[in-house]
Parts: sequence; structure tokens; C-alpha cells
Amino acid sequence: MEKQVATFEVKKGLAQMLKGGVIMDVVTAEHARIAENAGAAAVMALERVPADIRAHGGVARMSDPGLIEEIMNTVSIPVMAKVRIGHFVEAQILESLGVDYVDESEVLTPADEANHINKHDFKIPFVCGCRNLGEALRRVGEGAAMIRTKGEAGTGDVVEAVRHARTVLGTVRRLQTMPDEEVMALAKELGAPFELVKETKELGRLPVVNFAAGGIATPADAALMMQLGVDGVFVGSGIFKSGDPARRAEAIVKATTHYNNAKILAEVSRNLGEPMVGRQVTDIPKEDLIAQRGW
Amino acid sequence: MHIGVLALQGDFAEHASMLARLGAQVREVRLPEELDGLDGLVLPGGESTTIGKLATDYGLIEPIRAFGQTKAIYGTCAGAIFLSKDAERKQPLLGIMDITVERNAYGRQVESFDVEVDVPALHGLAAGDPPVRAVFIRAPLIKSVSGGAKALASLPDGRIIAAKQGKLLATAFHPEISGDDRFHRLFLKLAES
Repeated sequence: MEKQVATFEVKKGLAQMLKGGVIMDVVTAEHARIAENAGAAAVMALERVPADIRAHGGVARMSDPGLIEEIMNTVSIPVMAKVRIGHFVEAQILESLGVDYVDESEVLTPADEANHINKHDFKIPFVCGCRNLGEALRRVGEGAAMIRTKGEAGTGDVVEAVRHARTVLGTVRRLQTMPDEEVMALAKELGAPFELVKETKELGRLPVVNFAAGGIATPADAALMMQLGVDGVFVGSGIFKSGDPARRAEAIVKATTHYNNAKILAEVSRNLGEPMVGRQVTDIPKEDLIAQRGW
Repeated sequence: MHIGVLALQGDFAEHASMLARLGAQVREVRLPEELDGLDGLVLPGGESTTIGKLATDYGLIEPIRAFGQTKAIYGTCAGAIFLSKDAERKQPLLGIMDITVERNAYGRQVESFDVEVDVPALHGLAAGDPPVRAVFIRAPLIKSVSGGAKALASLPDGRIIAAKQGKLLATAFHPEISGDDRFHRLFLKLAES
């Protein structure tokens, strides 16, 4: 067999290598270096962290390729970058830069209100957000090689991340004990491709790696998501909007590894300085919620 | 047989399930005392900088080096980097295998690939000895082997992708995600011997 690039196994494979790890949002090369030194498994290169996107308002778009390249040249770990939902040209640009993963992200302003990108068309792998199993499997159907639960980005409030992880993982558990003849009805209810629902039932998990994101701000938050059963965590504003980013980054990495060891969790949670200023999700007007973007 | 899988970061669950299917008693290892009583240890794929940092911070470097003096260790990708003497870059390494590696030698993720290779060392482990389908993810290159290390497999262009030194085994690719269990069976034989 000749050498094959960009097979689904290779795309999915990189996400498997990120498991048990922390993917950190960084806005400068210096941040990226801090993240790598703290033990990040990958970085997400962007111009503004979600908390600032919220505060800034306006249209949020793909970051400047110059910034992304500078970050790619600074660290040896994988570099991800975000494109707007449905904006396949932004994705073509990131592919030409050679970023390792594209996040088709609700954190940016959507470019298409009906369609996501056909991710099968690309050589680079994609990660997409979800709130429930149907949304996750629709994205996998479009070619996503990794899934993250959305949570509510830029808030430092973990409640939505918990809700979305429980919803996805709970539905998978329900599916496992379901007789085969009920699977089609569930696929209809979820609005998800039947074959992928069947595959999820057989595997007893999502067919791709599943991280948590959106509102994780402390080592305890990261360990909570790991104990709920996700494969790893994204931390956006939680690190570089805190008082001591290097220390907090390292503590969240350790908490993600030792998520079942309360003694180590206590130790790494000590003296971390100020966490990011949180914003309670229930105080945010419904129309301003980011997680509802994506279909 | 009791086999540990270093579970600091990476695809340790994939290794654990393959080893369990082969009948091994598997334990996740995050702290030095969890090495006690093991017959072999797997160093999974993942990010070698992350794994190296956590291994240093939790005092695992010396205990794993000592473990490797008498017991079998198998490293895939990041695990192979971790075993190496030299990764041409400043990062924590076990340095117990006489191999030199170059990280991300094939390029970034867009260049990741899979390919079939014949591995003579695995002959006899499967009927007809089919080639191994090797999945390379931002893979390292084993640039050279020296001392007691021997190359086990190479790409058609001669680049080394697997090596062995006594009971230490390293592959630049990931048998744990392609479903071919022959490298793991070879490793279990080493652990048993």
C-alpha cells in the first residue's frame, strides 16, 4: 500500500494523542511559550480570548495568519486555530498555513446560519462544539475528527460545560442499554445520522475524542470534567485572564492528569492567585449566549 | 502478567485496552509507587514535552530508568522519544535507549500518514505475516541506532521507524490505534522473558 495522508484515522489519531491533556487559548507567542512550559498538550492560537470577545462585541473572525504562524514557529506542540461556523474559506487559509487542527467555533461570529463546513473536503482535521449527542454526531457526519462540549465560553462558570457533558455522556449511557429496535427512533429524535448513532452504541462512547470546553477556570473544574468522563479539557480565558497564568496553567495540567487524586488536587489548587473574574451564566441574557450558535 | 501504562497524558487508554485484550493485568501509572510489582511498562503516544514535564515533577524519571534496567518497556511515538538518549532539543528524557530521534520529522499534522510496512521481527505472530499498517501522527524519526540498539523496521527510503534494545522496544508509529496487536504481543514476550 502506498503512503496515505489525511485518512480519517490519521485525523482522529492526533486527537487521541491529546487525550488526558489541556489545550490552552493563547493570544501571543509569549503566551504559547508559557503554555508549552506548563505542560499544555496543544495551544489554540487566537487574537482575543473568549472573555475579551464577549467584552469587545462586534464581529469575531479568524485570527491574523501572521499571529498564527508566529505561534506555530514558537512551540513544538500542536497548534490549533478557529474559523467561523460555515466559513470554509477561512478553513482553506488555515489549511494552507499548516495548522494542526481547525476549530469550527461558535466563539466566533457564525458565517452561515444553516450549514457547517463540509470537513471531509480538507486534509487538516477539525474539532467542533456540541451541546448534546445529536449535535456531536451531526458534526462527525460532516467530518469532524474531534468533538468538544461547548460550555459557555468566556464566563469562568463551569455550569454549562457540566450540563453539556452530562447530556452527551448520559445519552450515550442510555443508548448502550437500549434495544436495537429503538435506535432509529432515537436517531430521529436527536437529528443524528443513524449509522453514527449505531456506532456510538456499539463503541459505548463517541466515535471520536471528546474534550470539554467553555467555563473551565480552576484545577478543580478540570478534574470535575475528567471525572464526568471527558477525554481532556480546553481552557480559554481561564488561564491568561487570571492573576498568575504560568502557575494556574501548570496546576490545571496536573489536575487533568491526577483528576482522581484529591490530595494532589488540593496541593495544586493552593496559592494560585486571583482566578479570572467570572460571569454567572444565569446573568447573561439568552440572546447573548454563545453556545446556542451552531445547528 | 502485570503491565503498567504511563497515564500522565496521551493515548494510554488505547494501549490499556489492547493489552487487556491480550490477557494482561493492566494498571495506569501516574506516581512512582504504582510501578511496584509490574512486569512491563508502556509509554504511550501523546505530547513528549507534557509527559516529560509531568514525569519530572512527580519523580518518575529515576524510577522508570531503574525499572528499565531489568524490565520490558515499550514506547510509541512520544514514548519512543522519551526512551531515547537524544531528541536534539532540550526536554526531559529517560535516555535509556541508544537511539537518536528527531521530533515532528515528517512535518506537521497535514503530513501525517499511514503506510504498510513489513516487519521481519514480527514474523510468525500472524498467519501469512501480513504487513503492519503503521499510523504516523506528527511522528518522530529514529535518526540513528547505536550501542545495543537495533533497527527493527524501516520505510522503503531507509528511514528507521522501530528499534529494539534488549527488553526495550520503540516504534515511531501507533499500533495501539490501528488495531494490529503484534508489537504488543512482542512486548509481552519481552516482559515475560
